[in-house]
Amino acid sequence: MAPVTPRSGDAIFSSIDRVNAELFTLTYGAIVRQLLTDLEEVEEVNNLLDQMGYNIGIRLIDEFLAKSGVSICVDFKETVEMIAKVGFKMFLGVTASVTSWDADGTCCSIILEDNPLAEFVELPDTCQGLYYCNVLSGVIRGALEMVSMKTEVTWTRDVLRGDDAYELQVKLLKQVAEEYLYKDDE
Amino acid sequence: MIGVGKMKQYSNVLDKPLSKGKQEVSLTAFAFLFSELVQYNQTQVDNIAELERRLEDAGYAVGSRVLELLCNREKGNRRETRLLGILSFVHSTVWKVLFGKVADSLEKGTEHEDEYMISEKELLVNRFISIPKDMGTFNCGAFVAGIVKGVLDNAGFPAVVTAHFVPIEGQQRPRTTILIKFADEVLKREARLSQ
Repeated sequence: MAPVTPRSGDAIFSSIDRVNAELFTLTYGAIVRQLLTDLEEVEEVNNLLDQMGYNIGIRLIDEFLAKSGVSICVDFKETVEMIAKVGFKMFLGVTASVTSWDADGTCCSIILEDNPLAEFVELPDTCQGLYYCNVLSGVIRGALEMVSMKTEVTWTRDVLRGDDAYELQVKLLKQVAEEYLYKDDE
Repeated sequence: MIGVGKMKQYSNVLDKPLSKGKQEVSLTAFAFLFSELVQYNQTQVDNIAELERRLEDAGYAVGSRVLELLCNREKGNRRETRLLGILSFVHSTVWKVLFGKVADSLEKGTEHEDEYMISEKELLVNRFISIPKDMGTFNCGAFVAGIVKGVLDNAGFPAVVTAHFVPIEGQQRPRTTILIKFADEVLKREARLSQ
């Protein structure tokens, strides 16, 4: 079999099935609203959104690997670049850029220029502590965990909270060596 | 880097120009999100009816916003006031924007005057869903039923909207029918307007 060459985010996005972003935006809004009604603390909502994202991330990585033709990334740096350039484009149709690398290459920021989750959204005074797009940080954390990278993903800037961009800080905590789960004779 | 940090700030979400609605996201992203919605609601309920009601609630919130958005963008701030007008608005305009196509069919119920049905061979939200046997007649289309109800209610056409699977002969997967049963007042008003 010929080696599969990685495809650009744009090429993948144009070849897969898509849906209207507004349906996606409003559905996400409905989820957040349900959580805010069901749970008492905004902090709990943040956690649950992150958990939902994590659940999505651990499954989404399969589709990402299958459709993108990306093989092994040599280091964390390349991995994050891949998420920003291919991942965001492929699933959300938006581009993201990676900046602010620290000296040892384990911490950086992903900046979103456009965020379909937050269209039509304004946070009321009662929800000031809410990380509205927290599902995204969960997705990245979940997806990276499936490729053996334990990370911590936090929002550092959020337009809904009055900042000038959406910025996620991704910090590599630990790279887990891959283990073969089964013994040969089983 | 171009564009970075240049996102325009608006003091109010209403000052922001309305998007054209051409933006898209991948179907997978939506399917995953929808699955989380269903899974979350499963943890909050004891029975299927309750689960459908909660999905309908979530859809209702979407529907009321879709009506506002589309009346503004597609219809020049006007909305339908007649029964057939609003039904075809749901069947064509709403469906086209949300699901990328016009609904497969819109029919009037044969047994009851106040019933209408919108059918879809493969409803977007049911595409990746298979219902476990122990969940009986549960239909994720309840979410779409909620959207339809949200649109109708807010346009002044209160109705009970439910989603059902209808088997098609020779096909493995059933189609989904959204059954709309209008409130009495709607039919009375409609009769008065037609005089």
